[in-house]
Amino acid sequence: MSRSRRIKVDVLARVEGEGALHLRLSGDRVTDVKLQIYEPPRFFEAFLRGRSYAEVPDITARICGICPIAYQMSSVHALEKILGISLDPRVRMLRRLIYCGEWIESHALHVFMLHAPDFLEYPDALALARDHPARVKNGLALKKVGNDLMALLGGREIHPVSVCVGGFYRAPSRTELRSIRDPLLRARDLAVETVEWVRTLPFPEFEQDYEFVALSHPEEYPLNEGRLVSSGGLDIAVEDYEEHFAEKQVPHSNALHSVLKARGAYLVGPLARFNLDFDRLPESVKSLARESGLTPPCRNPFKSITVRALETVFACEEALRILDAYEPPPRPRITAEPKAGTGCACTEAPRGILYHRYEIAGDGSVVSAKIVPPTSQNLRRIEEDLRHLALRFADLSDEQLTRRCEQAVRNYDPCISCATHFLKVTLERS
Amino acid sequence: MSPAVRTLLLGYGHPDRGDDAAGLLVARRLRGALPAGVEVREAFGEGTLLMDSWAGFQRVLVADSVVSGAPPGTVHRLEGRRFAASEEFRSFSSHALGLREAIRLAEALDRLPPELEIVGIEGRRYDPGDPISPEVMEGIGRAAAILAEDLKGSAAARGGERGGG
Repeated sequence: MSRSRRIKVDVLARVEGEGALHLRLSGDRVTDVKLQIYEPPRFFEAFLRGRSYAEVPDITARICGICPIAYQMSSVHALEKILGISLDPRVRMLRRLIYCGEWIESHALHVFMLHAPDFLEYPDALALARDHPARVKNGLALKKVGNDLMALLGGREIHPVSVCVGGFYRAPSRTELRSIRDPLLRARDLAVETVEWVRTLPFPEFEQDYEFVALSHPEEYPLNEGRLVSSGGLDIAVEDYEEHFAEKQVPHSNALHSVLKARGAYLVGPLARFNLDFDRLPESVKSLARESGLTPPCRNPFKSITVRALETVFACEEALRILDAYEPPPRPRITAEPKAGTGCACTEAPRGILYHRYEIAGDGSVVSAKIVPPTSQNLRRIEEDLRHLALRFADLSDEQLTRRCEQAVRNYDPCISCATHFLKVTLERS
Repeated sequence: MSPAVRTLLLGYGHPDRGDDAAGLLVARRLRGALPAGVEVREAFGEGTLLMDSWAGFQRVLVADSVVSGAPPGTVHRLEGRRFAASEEFRSFSSHALGLREAIRLAEALDRLPPELEIVGIEGRRYDPGDPISPEVMEGIGRAAAILAEDLKGSAAARGGERGGG
């Protein structure tokens, strides 16, 4: 006798922003999967029109409270292409450094506050904290070093004010940077402990044949620069992004689903970087990965939590490497006359590639802006995971399957605020 | 003479989402208008940052936008843990970890300030790009006036008590 089941999560918890999940099973068939996003898109793209290009980093930083640097980095790199600005290598290093701060902060927040509770069957981070206060305190201490690094370079933790087109309004002195050296050493130790912890978590057995997409750079684990590559054979300049990727409106969601024109759904973020750029990690991080039983190819999305922990170790080590070699640039920023043109850039936000394209007029005002966040790019892939997951785990009770699906959505650390830029509040009283 | 109680007024919110800016605007109104010993800060983003912001302070007041069904612009004042435990109030947050979660987490981790008070301004619209509702602007003004009165008065009173005790 075939049974029809409906799994519905009205408000997804522990994701940034709001979303809902709707899953329908009939017997052992999944007849419907909808990841419903309540937020209409494109406010910030519209808001940017007519503003001066110089305001873009400050405005885009407000799109996401977790990853303001990512928005600033993608925007300034795109605008610098239009203006023909080439950065001083020391400024380039400062940009990597501030991004390391954000990776540490975002990944630590996600691992401890948003995702680990799922693996240990806690309803939320609070329950985890009550049983494991020392571990959660360490996670928050690790996160704080990321925030402090962002504040040191950016001028303010949230809404960093120092990043600008052409560089930074102000570059730190060697002494200022040295002040964060000991905290970064401590953070690195905490990050290694985090890897040692999360790799022992129970991982559901589940694999998919993903098309991973990430930046690739000849020498570095990617942050701000590189070509766009995929496990399906893609290898293009960022300038060709829109020839290969398209956005589609879906009826049940206010977000747009991004797809590879040739092949459909794809995956961006830590798991993609790990699979495509593993060789660019420092040897210490590669060893730690191997010790953790994790080397490419890794196709189990639940292991993203371990990859995030490894990337946090990387970010601490990269920050220390940059800090130790730091020489203040003679000029923290390069200025240029505005000129009409179009430019685009892709940088690796903690959640994956973030694509920006701008057109500016001769007076420097923004004619148009296109922003494709990593979470938009993962949405279709999340739905496909859920479809397969529901089949794989159909024997679980409704409650268990619901929890498993929520955990699976959080594999992507989705930032729904970024994907759609809006939040709707309804209050019902009975 | 003992030092005055270290007090923090923290304005929490989002600058671009209509009434969600209320907490930030309360802080901006009061910046520079309060006695020495009272610090004013703004916070935007997820809630664990609040714990870092309020570390080391004896008395903390957080101004934030709330939703409880009361008329927009209503100023609510609640002790921190009561606010966090209350089912009536929803602190508006687009983040996984908002104000309520931050308070509960801080309590579990022994990171609550000795005195924590929430000043909630009832909001009604939160779409990006929305201006602040007129009623909420009035509420911000009232909240700022109440806090100015309270903090000026208490700085003097506490200084007196401590000196005499």
